[in-house]
Order: sequence, then C-alpha cells, then structure tokens
Amino acid sequence: MSEVEETLKRIQAQKGVIGTIVVNSEGIPIRTTLDNSTTVQYAGLFHQLSMKARSTVRDIDPQNDLTFLRIRSKKHEIMVAPDKEYLLIVIQNPSD
Amino acid sequence: MNFVDEAVEGAAVESVWRKSQESRCESKSCQTRPIPTQELAVQVGGVTENGTQTERTNDQRVLDLDLGPLLDYPDVGAFLKRVAEDMIRELKKNWRSHAFDGYEVTWKEPSSQVSCLHSLQYLEAVTKHLEVTSISWNSTGSIVSCAYGRLGDGDWSTEKTYVCTWNLDRRGFNPNHPDVVLEVFGSVMCLAFHPSRPSIIAGGLYNGEVLVWDISRADDPLIGRTGLSIDSHTDPVHQVRWLQDQPQGQRLQVLSVSSDGKILLWQMEKDGRLVLIDGFALVTQQIPSIAEINKPSRGDNAVGVTCLSFSHFDPSLFMVGSEGGYLLKCSSTAKTAAITNMACSIPLKAPAQFTFSPHEGPVYSVDCSPFHRNLFLSAGTDGHAHLYTMLQPKPLSSLELSQKYLFSIRWSPVRPLLFAAASGDGNIQLFDLGKSSQKPSLTIKQTDNEKPVYCVEFNCVQTQVLAAGDGTGTVKIWQLSSDFTVQGAQEMNLLDNIANRGPD
Repeated sequence: MSEVEETLKRIQAQKGVIGTIVVNSEGIPIRTTLDNSTTVQYAGLFHQLSMKARSTVRDIDPQNDLTFLRIRSKKHEIMVAPDKEYLLIVIQNPSD
Repeated sequence: MNFVDEAVEGAAVESVWRKSQESRCESKSCQTRPIPTQELAVQVGGVTENGTQTERTNDQRVLDLDLGPLLDYPDVGAFLKRVAEDMIRELKKNWRSHAFDGYEVTWKEPSSQVSCLHSLQYLEAVTKHLEVTSISWNSTGSIVSCAYGRLGDGDWSTEKTYVCTWNLDRRGFNPNHPDVVLEVFGSVMCLAFHPSRPSIIAGGLYNGEVLVWDISRADDPLIGRTGLSIDSHTDPVHQVRWLQDQPQGQRLQVLSVSSDGKILLWQMEKDGRLVLIDGFALVTQQIPSIAEINKPSRGDNAVGVTCLSFSHFDPSLFMVGSEGGYLLKCSSTAKTAAITNMACSIPLKAPAQFTFSPHEGPVYSVDCSPFHRNLFLSAGTDGHAHLYTMLQPKPLSSLELSQKYLFSIRWSPVRPLLFAAASGDGNIQLFDLGKSSQKPSLTIKQTDNEKPVYCVEFNCVQTQVLAAGDGTGTVKIWQLSSDFTVQGAQEMNLLDNIANRGPD
C-alpha cells in the first residue's frame, strides 16, 4: 500500500469520519472514499468555496492567506485543508 | 591429314512399314462430360430496420473515478503528509468538542401557526354524502387527488362516485371546482399517484377492480383496468401501490391489496389491460406464529389484507396489516407456494416471514419509516398507534391516540421523529417523539361534527403541507408550522436510540 493510501486510511479511521476526498487544482477528485456522485459534488462545490474563501481573506488583507476551512452544518462538520495544488476534504459527523 | 581407301560393309535396315502401319492404327474416341448448368436466384424476403439508443442518465456529474489511481499525481504524498497531522488533530478535537451542542440557527422566519390553507370539495359528491376515502399527492407535489366513495356501508353497488384532482399551484384554482373529475361506477377505496409520472394515478374499487388513469388526457383518461376476471380481487381493494425504482421505459406495474387475502402485482399492457404478473396470498396456516395458535382448520382461511407499506431501504421487503389485527413482515422474493384453492392463473406465493404482536382489531394503516430501516408504525380500530421495530414482535410503544378508530398513520417525510394520524373523532394528531413519547404535540380539528378523518398524506415535495380527507367529503390542506417541517440537530440519533431500546 502506498504512502498516500496509508495516510488516507489513517484519516478515515478517525472517529465520526464519513468520507475523505483529495481534489486537484482544477476541482477534479483524485482520491476518495465516497461514492462517485457524492465525491464529484463535494469536490466541485468545495473547490469553488475554498477559492472564494481564499480570495476573501486575501482581499481583506493581501498579506494574509487561507490556511484551513471548516464548516459546521446541521448534520456534519466539513474540514478543508487547502494547498497550492490540492485540497483535502474530510466530512465528519459531529459527536453526540 | 591422310585420306585412306577403305571398304565399308553395307548397312541394311529392315523394312518395318507394314508393321508400323499395323501398330499405328488405333481407333480412339474421346468426349468431355456434359457440363451441367443450372440457374439460381437468391433474394432476401423482407427488410427490417432496428434502431437503438441509450437513455440519458439523470446523473450527469458522474465521472469515472477508477481512472484516478492510474494517473500520476506528483506530490500528493507530500501534500498529504503536510496536512494529515493537522487534519487528524482537528478531527480528534472536533469529536470531543461540545461547542455546538443544542446550537440552532433561525434561517427562516418561523411559522408558528398551523393553518388551513384550502378546504377542497366537490359539491356533487358532497350532496350525495360521499366520503373522502383516499388522497394522494402527485410526484410534483402540486396536484392533490381524492377519491369519493363509501367506507362505512360499502356495498357492491354501481353508484356513481368520483375521483377529483386539484392543482393547488394553478392560476384560477377553485377549491370548490376540481380541475379533473373522473366518474367511476362503484365505490373507490384507494388512490395512488405514480411516484415519478405526475399525471398517472391508480385506484382500487370496492368490487375488486384496479383502474389506472392518465389525468393529462382530457377525453379518455382511463388507460388501464383489470376488469373482473378470475385473477382480480373478490373483495374490496384497500390499497394500491406503484412499484418503486422502475427503470425508465418499462411498463407500469401496480400492486393491489385486498381483504380477500391476495396481494397482486399488475402490469399495464399496451391495449389498456392490467395483466397479473405476480401474486401473493396470505393464508392463516402459513403465517408464522398464528398457525401455531389456531390449529389448522379445514379449507383455507384467507387473511384479509387492509394495508401495505414498502420498506424504504429494502425494495423487496414490505409490511402488511390485516383484518385480524396482525402485522406481517413479508418479502416479495418469497418462493413458497401459498396453500390456497383460490382460483388464479398464476401460482400465488406465501410472503409472510414474521408476525408482530397484534392490534385489538383490524389494522387500517401501516407505514415504514423513511429514515430508519427497522421502524414502522401501525394504526387500527383499537385507537392505538403502535411503533414497532422489525426486529421485535412487541411494539416499542403503543399510544392511545383516539377513543375511536384510527384510519391512517403517516411518517413525516422530513422530520424523522414526527408522524401524523387521522382519527375517527375528526382530528389529525401530530405526534413528535422528540417532544413527548406519550401525548401528541398537536391536535388539529378537521371536522366540527365529529365526522371521521379517513386519510392523511404529507406532501413529499412541498413538505410544509399536509392533506387530510374526511367523512364530510372535504379535503383540507394544512400548512404546518416550522416545528413540524424542520429537522432538528440530533433527531436522527434520537430515532436510533428509540429503535435500539427495548419495548416499554
């Protein structure tokens, strides 16, 4: 098993994690633990949202930059780790 | 060079002319074989043309992700290495955090009132004192249809009854004037709109017939009927259901249940006939645990089926309520033949797998939870609503919702803990298991004169409305408050807890 798979497996094994997706800079999913249609939807939308969030942060202060993005929804917590080339999206159930 | 005289002997050659003459003379003949000739012609008899086209799939977004691992993405490893630790730390922290417990956001102006939006009536039916026996929302959620018939003194009459539809979103909508009125000879007991085709509706009659209409066809809306044959039901049809998840282009298939104990699957043919393609029969001897109590008696004792609900998680699984008060878990993949001498053109199967502890009277309604694979509700003449899990024979809870009969019970399509029940004393009870497991959260008075409410249906598209039909011949459309239409944060967990705890 490659290093990549191993890291993804480790993330996926955390409590409450529903899915892990790696997205490239064009918003195309390249690794996923979810089904196709869910993956494509998450990848496209979160790619856009991350770009938007980044430009928001930088517009306010050009010296600043986006480092992490997390979204709390009624059902999930979605965490996004951005990077020059890739995005790591993790969807987690909140604890009860 | 010298020239010398020499005498050479003469040479003699024997004459052979005669001999050769003889030997050369031979007569020969030669002939080629006749060349046979024949004429043949060949030609294809007929020409057929065939066309084929793939159907457009609905989900255009699907992408072949299997290509992923084949492509080389440099630095993914490095990237993951960089972010994984932070991510894992946050995931762990998040799992322990209680920062958002009980935190709710008010996005919408909460509507606190439950109000009656429309009160629909067809005067001709009301003057004949017909009752609303069944209602159904179509797949777009804007058309509501109701069946007028008689539940109380159902009779083998051929009295004219009606199926009416109203489009609530249409301009010029008139609550006293249905958009479509279908006339039927015989009491209509049940209705069901097709789950994806907004104009197709099926109905079951008191005389056992099943009809299919297309309300978009103005001149001749009746597009299918079973007729009365040896295959058709011999008792009133209590419920019709369309089969879910049918591939596009396949013929329509409708399921009907009746108090004659049969559950029949009909397929619509091109000529407008509904042809029996599968069937089940419930007989006392073949029902687990009842068979042991009642010693097998002579003849077959059909178990009258009054209602049916498919599981939302396993398409082959369905729950059935019976006139004897029993609830049965059935499988459409059953192979055992039913022990019955009911006349039928195809072999009937015995679907029952499991029996739940009964109501004290006929069950009128059963509904599987759209949010939990094991939970289902039932209601009957004993005025009790039972909440069961498919894993235990005893109900998880038994709630007395009415002193009179309960005619219909339905889960909310949006709130996992909410259900509505229609009662014989003219009320609709909205029951929120999250608020109280004992008494209803809200009682809506539908009729003033204590006439029973026979049917209640949530709208799966416009989730804030609820339709209910009653004994006065009126269909009321209720607008629900946001308490009943917005899912709370921990509702799914609560539902799981309810499903996993033992009976009270």
